Amino acid sequence: MIEPLIKIAILIGGLMTGAAYFVLLERRMAAWVQDRVGPNRVGFPLSQFVSGLKDLRLFGLGQPAADGVKFILKEEYTPAHVDKRLFVLAPISILVAALVTFAVIPFGDVLPGGVFGDEPIEMVVSPGAGVGMLVVFALSSIAVYGVILGGWASNNKYSFLGGLRSSAQLIAYELPLGLGILGVILATGSLDIGEIIGEQARTGWWFALTQPLGFFVFCVASFAEAARLPFDLPECEQELIGGYHTEYSGIKLLLFLVAEFLHMIAASFLIVMLFLGGWHFWFLTGSGSEATWFQAIMRLVVLNAKIFLVILFFMLVRWSWPRFRFDQLMAFAWKVMMPLGLINFVVVAILDQLKIVSGNDSSGMNLVCALAAWGICIGAWVAISIAGPLVADNRPRRELNSFEIDSQM
Amino acid sequence: MTPNDPNITWVEEPRLGLSGKMYMPMFVQGLTTTFKHLKGSLQGKAVTVSYPDQEPEIGNPIIYRGVHRLNKDSQGRVKCVACFLCATACPAHCIDIIGIESPWEDREKYPESFTIDELRCIYCGMCEEACPVDAIELTSLYNLTGRSREEMVFDKEKLLSVYDATKDKEPMRSPEMGGTV
Repeated sequence: MIEPLIKIAILIGGLMTGAAYFVLLERRMAAWVQDRVGPNRVGFPLSQFVSGLKDLRLFGLGQPAADGVKFILKEEYTPAHVDKRLFVLAPISILVAALVTFAVIPFGDVLPGGVFGDEPIEMVVSPGAGVGMLVVFALSSIAVYGVILGGWASNNKYSFLGGLRSSAQLIAYELPLGLGILGVILATGSLDIGEIIGEQARTGWWFALTQPLGFFVFCVASFAEAARLPFDLPECEQELIGGYHTEYSGIKLLLFLVAEFLHMIAASFLIVMLFLGGWHFWFLTGSGSEATWFQAIMRLVVLNAKIFLVILFFMLVRWSWPRFRFDQLMAFAWKVMMPLGLINFVVVAILDQLKIVSGNDSSGMNLVCALAAWGICIGAWVAISIAGPLVADNRPRRELNSFEIDSQM
Repeated sequence: MTPNDPNITWVEEPRLGLSGKMYMPMFVQGLTTTFKHLKGSLQGKAVTVSYPDQEPEIGNPIIYRGVHRLNKDSQGRVKCVACFLCATACPAHCIDIIGIESPWEDREKYPESFTIDELRCIYCGMCEEACPVDAIELTSLYNLTGRSREEMVFDKEKLLSVYDATKDKEPMRSPEMGGTV
């Protein structure tokens, strides 16, 4: 009984602290990419307590605490025109959905038995949940409710537009997200995240290497699901003043922002675990389900390092790419990601069957299959690019009369 | 407005090449730019400064538009001749001059009081442009603060003291620079 509670405490504590410090990291990264210095002052204000002492700056590591205190102490204004119940419910539901997702996502592998009891400890809140991926998908769909409720309850045109865009976007990109995972599930034969990692560790072939197309599709779709740039249409500041959380302030806004970061962290967890081998690294972590203490600790380190790098990638992409136009976003989901995901699924199925039929599971066969998958990935990508489904000419044409042009606008 | 109106110029979008359609080469290009800036900033090439610890470098103090000053001539008298051209030119109406007859031989009038409301001023530099005798100038002092509105209304003495404080760093506009004596 006490063991899950400890895990939950570690997970929630780690996630909340992590989200806070990732906000700081994101602000510093943004500053660096834009040739600025960034927030580097907040530390311990020693001179406030003892006169004559200098303030400790600590590279701005106090910034998250200051931000948190600011959000909590700020006036929490509820506009008169909102639907009060839904207005309160929206941030709570989105944060709960984002946090509960982590119940089935492992944050490490196993700790060997002998120190904390005789049994080895699996580092996941609900070990042995065989339908892990289904739970993640179900909960990520619930997260849409928070956004839509927030946009609807705010009773404001900008918020409503944000909620509307978000609902269309998240529903559209759930399909490529699922298609990207289908290949992984097909290759593993299990929905359990721990088993998916175990399969990659056993063969030594990360799914990003054997299913590149699935990896790309899943990455892009998870960027869209986390509403990160270049897919942050639900809250684009320039058009919608913050979108669905325009009317929110104080602790409720904080809940929205934390939930957004948790979505990003969850997306990086999934990218790492499904496609980048989870805790596995060659020659370092071992590959069995049992591990020595050294291997167990290396697995923790490798997993967290990978997740950190993926999050850094998320943040760098934010400052590299402009936002999609909405019709481009939809065309990208339906005309590019969907076909690519389907091609990936078919290719994975054929290659897997080929391995089973030939009865050849050697590393040479794996290499050939991976090369074939990469070839098909590049070929499909080029084919889709040449077809150019994103290049849609929606401008009014010369030969139309003004009435028709107005109808096109 | 019809579509075939000759006044309309139709601009065609440039067509995407293969690399643009494939998206990935452009993505790599974008990330490369990002990394270049990231690396530059981490090597300390940020263009901003940590302000209270470090003062920003002002490119050319002579043309910077900060706090005003009233210049003095070679005998230490206020240069202003109370012609009201600056007050007329001021779009924010922040300059208030009371001119009286001058006690000196070389000019008719001089300002008995000369006040500038620094809070109303928009630092456009039109007063500096308008002044026929280069008496009013904008300095490079940018960090102007005060605790009350009254404190921010600068009178003649204050403006002359700004001249004393900044004359070494920013010389008055000399005849060589197109100014008056």
